[in-house]
Amino acid sequence: MIYDPSPIAVLVFFVFVGATVGLSFFLGRKAKSSAGYFAAHGQIPWAVNGVAFAGDYLSAASFLGICGMIASYGYDGFLYSIGFLAGWIVALFVIAEPMKRLGKFTFADALDSTFDSRGIKAAAGVSTLVVSVFYLIPQMVGAGSLIQPLLGFPHWVGVVLVGIVVITIVVTAGMVSTTWVQFLKGSLLVLFSAILVVLLLGRGFVASPDAFETLGPISPTEAGGATIAGRQVLPAEGGWQEFPELVRLADPEGGFDLYRSQPIEGGQVLLRQAQAITDADGVLLVDGAPRGRGEGEKELRPVGRLSELPEGQESTGPLGPVSFFTTLSESKVVLWRNLTVNHSDGTKTTVYYQKPTDGNEVLRPGEHPKFAGIRGESLIGKLNFLSLMLALFCGTASLPHILIRYYTVKDGAAARKSTIVGIASIGFFYVLTLYLGLGAMTSGAMDLTDSNMAAPLLARSINTWLFAIISAIAFTTVLGTVSGLILASSGAVAHDLMVGVFGVELPEGKKVRVAKISAVIVGIIAIFLGILFKELNVGYLVGWAFSVAASANLPALVMLLFWKGTTRQGIIASVLVGMVSSLGWILLSSDTYKSVYGLDPESAWAPFSQPGIVTIPLAFLTLIVVSLATRSDSGSNPLATD
Amino acid sequence: MSSLSDSERSNARLGLWLFGLYTLLYLGFVLISAFSASTMETKVVAGLNLAIVYGFALIIIALVMALAYGVLCRPEPAGGQAAPPTAAADTEAADPQDGEDGGREQ
Repeated sequence: MIYDPSPIAVLVFFVFVGATVGLSFFLGRKAKSSAGYFAAHGQIPWAVNGVAFAGDYLSAASFLGICGMIASYGYDGFLYSIGFLAGWIVALFVIAEPMKRLGKFTFADALDSTFDSRGIKAAAGVSTLVVSVFYLIPQMVGAGSLIQPLLGFPHWVGVVLVGIVVITIVVTAGMVSTTWVQFLKGSLLVLFSAILVVLLLGRGFVASPDAFETLGPISPTEAGGATIAGRQVLPAEGGWQEFPELVRLADPEGGFDLYRSQPIEGGQVLLRQAQAITDADGVLLVDGAPRGRGEGEKELRPVGRLSELPEGQESTGPLGPVSFFTTLSESKVVLWRNLTVNHSDGTKTTVYYQKPTDGNEVLRPGEHPKFAGIRGESLIGKLNFLSLMLALFCGTASLPHILIRYYTVKDGAAARKSTIVGIASIGFFYVLTLYLGLGAMTSGAMDLTDSNMAAPLLARSINTWLFAIISAIAFTTVLGTVSGLILASSGAVAHDLMVGVFGVELPEGKKVRVAKISAVIVGIIAIFLGILFKELNVGYLVGWAFSVAASANLPALVMLLFWKGTTRQGIIASVLVGMVSSLGWILLSSDTYKSVYGLDPESAWAPFSQPGIVTIPLAFLTLIVVSLATRSDSGSNPLATD
Repeated sequence: MSSLSDSERSNARLGLWLFGLYTLLYLGFVLISAFSASTMETKVVAGLNLAIVYGFALIIIALVMALAYGVLCRPEPAGGQAAPPTAAADTEAADPQDGEDGGREQ
């Protein structure tokens, strides 16, 4: 952690969480029946439900992940914003009204509305569970990384804390209080992000002096010598030998100062200072010295600055929403990249080094390693990009916690109106993400080890109160999304699986009790997974959840609405094939090999990591083929509009 | 819920048209990004490059289309349930679906 917890932040945080839990106790007292617990009696006003959509949807991935990705790599994170919003078009124009017309409490209800088949209930229930759990992992991971700098607790404490608070909310209250919490959180998030952007534009850009040392220009031979600028060069032993461009100069106070040589014009090299963090059996070393702020200790320094503004200005003063981009495109930004040095004793050093970049290059797609494929020649990289954009487009309308929100309003018209309100709030927020991310990139406050903290740290660079409020909102964001997901999964267990599949007759009160017990169990599973996967990138995990949702749920839903030939068997097969193929693809992809199993990514089976472009058409095809093969034994599908 | 009312049918058709239109715009953005990434750097308006203009446009157009849809949609029969095309509002009480819906709202 590169900054101390602030008492204001802790205070604001507990007030927020306390108010959230208190509110849900208050609202939850009334929800005793199934209709109340799962669907808030269908009586939520559409405007409130619309903002609650934004609350459900703008998860940790949107706020923390997208801003962090933009802050580290520029425009690429904004591609997620565009895809996430475009998905709402599918939800509004194709899914919203039929969903409301067909279902009662859950997504399985809608799929099963004409067939009354246990198989459909089982397949849809299981797919709801799988997608929810997949979507829960990044939320929990995000919660852990928020708690860490805010309150100074370790990652797992954050995850457990979120888990307990959320289980309390869901068990005491159900959909009524979840909706109101989402409404509050959604409006606060959009409001305070807007305030932050206004303050950011008011501050403008500043060309800050370099806090890091640059040596040179010197000749390459001099850079390879035993002393540089009168300081002793440490010999490159162990893993350091593989990186001749890294030069370590001895620091008389302990450890070393790290530099990376970069060639410049005229055959000379520049040595730009870098930072290194080593994990030696749980002891963290920064630049070779123990991590900390005491004597002889070192700490990673915050980064992120503009090295040059257009026409040599020192600062721009207030900027408008357009001049923000034009000024940035003519400036020079210092980004940071990292590489890993593997030592023979199994320890690893992560080296962060400077990468001076033209402002132009952070305002175009293709800088992030995951998106770099679109600038290459190989078709695989381009397919991976297309696949992700397709999954984002199709995924929104198939997320279980979004789908259940259609049952909290009174009718199709209200479902439509609340989706429009949702699109307005979410779209406005996503426009802000580009300003927030680029603002964080140049704020001088970025933490190299945790890009997820970009937006809160940007707030910190402006005002401590704002930091406290933004962090607390981000945390309630996680709370809200997680409670929506847990509610969707408990509905799937109690309503679809127990009653629909196993035929257990549950009286009203019992059904709610079963749902609450399942909420506790799913919550505990989510806590474990959140601790287990803490290394994985939050935004990236969400991309996967979208792929699974889009492959398993969307083809069945769309075909049921638009093709008369759809049969019961076709729907079951499509949901199962979509779910299994997309999950399997993800588990066999190079990214999972690398970051989950720790295997060589080259040996992965799947040719690229995003499954959508293969598995979504596959699920459609399965549905058509199976439906055609089984057409005779069930009548035509009466729902299809043509 | 066997058949849809006239207004529901026409709303659904309108939705599909708008959906198709937006899909084409989105597809254009994705294909340019994937196969001609350098085009995205072209400055188009007021010193802004295509990536920013197209990206913002996709968000703003989504909102405009959503609002247009909200305005153009014809009101459904009260209750929003599947009244047969010919049914007037006063015959709806006989629809068993409405009975269920009414119970749900208590």
